[in-house]
Amino acid sequence: MTKLNKNSTVSQPNDSTASITEIVTLGLKKRHRKEKRFKRIGLSAVLFGFLLVVILLGDITSKALPAFHQHWVKLDVNYQASWLNIDENSTKGVTESELAQANYRNVLKKSLYQMLPEVKGRSDKRKLAQLLSTNAEFTLKDSLIASPSLFDKQAQIWVRLDDDVDSYLKEAFPIGEAGLRLNQNQAQWLAQFTTSDRIESRFNFSFFTSGDSREPELAGIKGALMGTLLTMFVTLLLSFPLGVAGALYLEEFAPKNRLTDFIEININNLAAVPSIVFGLLGLAVIINLFGLPRSAPLVGGIVLTLMTLPTIIIASRAAIKAVPPSIREAALGLGASKMQVTFSHVLPQAMPGIITGAIIGVAQALGETAPLLMIGMVAFIVDVPSSIVDSATVLPVQIFLWADSPERAFLAKTSAAILVLLTLLLIINLTATVLRSKFEKK
Amino acid sequence: MNSSLLFFVLLCLTLFSYWFGLQRSLKVAGGANNKKALTSLPKQFGLLTAMVCGLPALIALLIFNSGEHIVVEQLLTSTLPANIQSLSTIDLGLYLNNIRSITYSTTASEILNVINENSDVTTQTQYQAALTLQELNQQAAWIKTALVLIIASVSVLLLVRKFSLTYPARQKSEGIIRVLLVASSAVAILTTVGIIVSVLFESIHFFKSVSPIEFMFGTQWSPQTAMRVDQVGGSGAFGAIPLFAGTLLITFIAMLLAVPVGLMIAIYLSQYASSKLRAFAKPMLEVLAGIPTVVYGFFAALTVAPVIRNMGESLGLSVASESALAAGLVMGTMIIPFVSSLSEDAISAVPNALKEASFGMGATKSETVLKVLLPAALPGIVGAILLAISRAIGETMIVVMAAGMAANLTANPLDSVTTVTVQIVTLLTGDQEFDSPKTLAAFALGLMLFITTLGLNVLALKVVRKYREQYD
Repeated sequence: MTKLNKNSTVSQPNDSTASITEIVTLGLKKRHRKEKRFKRIGLSAVLFGFLLVVILLGDITSKALPAFHQHWVKLDVNYQASWLNIDENSTKGVTESELAQANYRNVLKKSLYQMLPEVKGRSDKRKLAQLLSTNAEFTLKDSLIASPSLFDKQAQIWVRLDDDVDSYLKEAFPIGEAGLRLNQNQAQWLAQFTTSDRIESRFNFSFFTSGDSREPELAGIKGALMGTLLTMFVTLLLSFPLGVAGALYLEEFAPKNRLTDFIEININNLAAVPSIVFGLLGLAVIINLFGLPRSAPLVGGIVLTLMTLPTIIIASRAAIKAVPPSIREAALGLGASKMQVTFSHVLPQAMPGIITGAIIGVAQALGETAPLLMIGMVAFIVDVPSSIVDSATVLPVQIFLWADSPERAFLAKTSAAILVLLTLLLIINLTATVLRSKFEKK
Repeated sequence: MNSSLLFFVLLCLTLFSYWFGLQRSLKVAGGANNKKALTSLPKQFGLLTAMVCGLPALIALLIFNSGEHIVVEQLLTSTLPANIQSLSTIDLGLYLNNIRSITYSTTASEILNVINENSDVTTQTQYQAALTLQELNQQAAWIKTALVLIIASVSVLLLVRKFSLTYPARQKSEGIIRVLLVASSAVAILTTVGIIVSVLFESIHFFKSVSPIEFMFGTQWSPQTAMRVDQVGGSGAFGAIPLFAGTLLITFIAMLLAVPVGLMIAIYLSQYASSKLRAFAKPMLEVLAGIPTVVYGFFAALTVAPVIRNMGESLGLSVASESALAAGLVMGTMIIPFVSSLSEDAISAVPNALKEASFGMGATKSETVLKVLLPAALPGIVGAILLAISRAIGETMIVVMAAGMAANLTANPLDSVTTVTVQIVTLLTGDQEFDSPKTLAAFALGLMLFITTLGLNVLALKVVRKYREQYD
């Protein structure tokens, strides 16, 4: 105040107010322009964030869509006994074991050559056979074993096309494009098939029902999904009780001393330790010291438990803290012991919040890849795991493995697997949101 | 019995002991009508019995399982002929591995057949050892089963004998629960100790063969150690400077994107946006935070990197297909919501009085934000940025998928660089011997990573805490 008075005494009072107003009005336009610009920058930052989300999800979805359908071709298969390498004059008829061991590759090739008699020469014939998936002969085998009456007869059977052919049909790339191993002749044969209505696009069920494969047209995510399920089962089974118990102790029982402080600092720091370090811990301690099996969901679950535990403890503590003290006091006043108050009154009240925290923790564990690479869950595993000590891989690691594969068709598979993972995460997070809103209404 | 079956049996026993303890307590009281004579509730007796049955046996089972393979291996080694026992640790390990694979893939009768049919001494010894291993495993399983069941039943019987009208079952069971709670919260400490000990232990091993000075200040990184003495190009240089530089370069690019965008989003959402926009924008940005890093890695490697490459080539620049720029930009995208939510917390923690005073003086909103709110929230924002940096340094999947493997020492964002986390993953995936300097180097890098991120976190927390005290 004194400063202002001093100033006003220096110059004439009337003059100075006029000039300050003038200065302010003069600058006002510029300041407002600045204000507008600032606001626009802020808005564009927010819009930029939206744009990133849209680009990311749009890019992955558009890449994923081709993976959900697959092209099949209808073949006129001739299950000739001589082609099958089965003795047709045998008196007993054909036995099942004979059918199981017959030469279906031969049947497949001969039938194919019969359909396109103009294809001559060894290399052309080989190229023709390459149009089909390596799994085609097994399709023939399965359909003959399913209906043995087809033996020695003609039948029309749908088989999968090779992944390169499939990509070519989906994306209509010009022949000779990098990454597609398809020549002019093959394209012409395909065109013949297409004009005779022999090629059909079907929903790709095997993507959800089969395990991993080196052949993109056969590869599926069932193995990875089961691995994820088993790993999450172990994670939830260990981290939920441990996290809740830890939070209950710290919030309800722990005396205010240096040990408690130390535990608290530890938990906060663990929450920020890079996940890959937990992988190192798993490798050095759980696998090399305790001798648990590599690549198993059990080990993966333990590592992810240690990783998500801080998240769950922090969330559970917040939920426990939010329980009004009057509930504790009322129960204590009626003569309940501290333990009874905690488990019969505080815990049920805090449960929705705790469950929300646990779900968030599990969502975090579900998308985690790096620590699982360290403990060997990165192997190529065809079989679907059935127990927590089987070798397994999980969905994010499967995505990582497929993203590394050179085959063009794996690009779509990878995106499709990502889409499945994101859907899972969305479901989990929605559950958490619903629970949270229910909890807040209380 | 194998462990999982045994575990299941133990679970059933525990449930049974609950019922058993409950019934015993009623018997002590003299019937259900008389249960008020007990000082604890019958179900508390049951709970105590169940815990006394399950816990010691479970602990015994866990200890047995973790020690079993070491003891069995030593017993097996002691039965082997002297010339095999005198092999080096690595060769002995390989030999034992062979025996193990025989043991688990063939039945005892098949092994006996092989022993009888084969006259070759080496094969005979091997299969004999496999047979011994099978026997040892069987014995171990029996001992384990017996041990667990005996511990469970004896502890229950000893406990029930003590039951009386005044037996403090509630106090005892609550005591046990309390110990369990303490143990659960101590898992956090055990994890930290486990991380430090394991990483430190292996790093010390590593520093025995490579000097720490060379590791920290060397500029050559080529971890391919020679398999043979005379091998070309397998010198094995462990200078980690290129890795640190690569990590910093990618982190810097990420921050260059994430900090301004994240900060502007925080300012706009907290000061300008309508509540409608906020309600829409926050979950939308949370989507960015919730996307798994492997998805970002895929996006960086297969979408962003080719785009940057094509753009660079059309401008006449040479761009590596795994450029640091692609990895950094995508990492920045991942970190935007992290920076924005932490900075928003910091900005909204500034007391309203400061803001109102500034408005009262006639300042515009942007002037208030830039000259009052941001300076006041600066410590919180600095803390947020430090945490974001720590996150970027420890991020693995994006760089594993989108950054290169070659350790170039460069500051050009269009070049390919490698990072600490990429090298940890490359060194440890695949089958290597655990004791080679190559795999141990991964732990040394892990140690560096742990120390750096821990330091950044502690610093960030300190900055934030100091700032909070100012206004409280």
